[in-house]
Amino acid sequence: MDNRNKILILDDDTDWLTLCRDLLSTLPSKPEIFTANAARKALAILETEKIRLLVCDLKMPRIDGLQMLAIVRQRFPELRTIVLSALEDEEFRSRAYALGVDLFWLKTEMQRNSKLFNECLESLLGQADRDQDSGFRGIQSKSLMDIIQMECLSRSSTVLRITRGPLIAKLWIQDGELFDAETEGARGEVAFQRLLAWKSGSFENLPAEPDRERTINKSVNALLLESAQTLDENAGAAGAAGAGATEPLESLNHRKTIWKLSQLTREGAEFILAVPPEGHGEPEAFGTQSVASTAHWTRRADEIAHRLGDKLEAGPLSHVSGQNLERQVLLLSRGDKSFLVGWPTDATGNLTDKSRKLIASWDS
Amino acid sequence: MGFLKKLFGGLAAVQQLPSGTITVDRDGRIITSTVSSSYPKELLHTIARDVLELLREARASQMPLAEVSLHFGSLRITARELRGGVIIFLLPQTAMMPTHTPQRP
Repeated sequence: MDNRNKILILDDDTDWLTLCRDLLSTLPSKPEIFTANAARKALAILETEKIRLLVCDLKMPRIDGLQMLAIVRQRFPELRTIVLSALEDEEFRSRAYALGVDLFWLKTEMQRNSKLFNECLESLLGQADRDQDSGFRGIQSKSLMDIIQMECLSRSSTVLRITRGPLIAKLWIQDGELFDAETEGARGEVAFQRLLAWKSGSFENLPAEPDRERTINKSVNALLLESAQTLDENAGAAGAAGAGATEPLESLNHRKTIWKLSQLTREGAEFILAVPPEGHGEPEAFGTQSVASTAHWTRRADEIAHRLGDKLEAGPLSHVSGQNLERQVLLLSRGDKSFLVGWPTDATGNLTDKSRKLIASWDS
Repeated sequence: MGFLKKLFGGLAAVQQLPSGTITVDRDGRIITSTVSSSYPKELLHTIARDVLELLREARASQMPLAEVSLHFGSLRITARELRGGVIIFLLPQTAMMPTHTPQRP
């Protein structure tokens, strides 16, 4: 029986299909490649073959890529999706991610960095095998807190519909502010706290409902801190009640995740990425989707900066900072790990000190 | 004055730190420079090459940066993208530079 992963490439440009097929056939896991030049053909293949990954163009006649992604989200929720588009438009990127794609790449970037693209694909296929039962599908199996944080930081207005088996929850967000939650017969802050305990599920974005009654007046930061405190108290009570009883690992990891996220949001950082040396484990990230590529830059930047410092005999490297229109980033080392911290452009104060403090508490 | 060297011996060679500004094109060629001509040109090219590589890697990782700074113990290198190239500021950090001193209670 053939256990190879199956990848489907959808694009109306047949020359590009041939190029993509040739590129993906060089993947180490030697997947079986299917191609389709129209959405209907792709759907027919998805019905008959157990496809693990769909690589989809956006600009196509009749049924375009965004429509295709919406259809596959409903019909094939376990399918991993990558958008490969020639459209360099942030709006399309945001809409694609809102539809739950795992990765968004420009065709030009894919041709320039085919090796990195293949590594991302292999990582995604490997992740699909490993993490079938945990994490939230919708965006790269991120935690629920990552998803809520992304919506709030991007100041979006939406209704997040989260499902976990028979359970359904909804979060109402307006201009980046969470103002209502509902699940399991509860509403408001109680519903939000219950939702935080969910460790897996899937979500989708629905149109915003700005006229809905507000039941939550606290910020997401405050709710996260309260949740972390509650989890701490519960863990303490459980410890006192059962002598010798140990906290289940899953619950401990979940508590650590909540605590780390609360630290991140309290300091005002957008994201943090902890990158171990090559071959010493996977990067750990909160608040960012593009872990593989950002981790790659973090390692390379650290390498280049250290090499340059040694050559110039300029003393030890303190940190590397960078900025663009969207954010500021700081790269620092702690032990053998490199950390990249992202801050909004309007963040004030000594960001180097704030980043060091965040990293110290993060890594403790 | 060569007899003084004979009397007191030669001093150990100290790597001078660059100070000034260089402008480079996309290929790393130095277009203009205010750095002292006594500073080795190969090292300036090394700085230009590494800074361009940093910015290129950031673009390839879908995180393009308009400005990047490397903070070493005794030197700060800041590079800013321009149309067609990069301007790089080289600023030695000396003991005479003002530092933040915490106030006494």
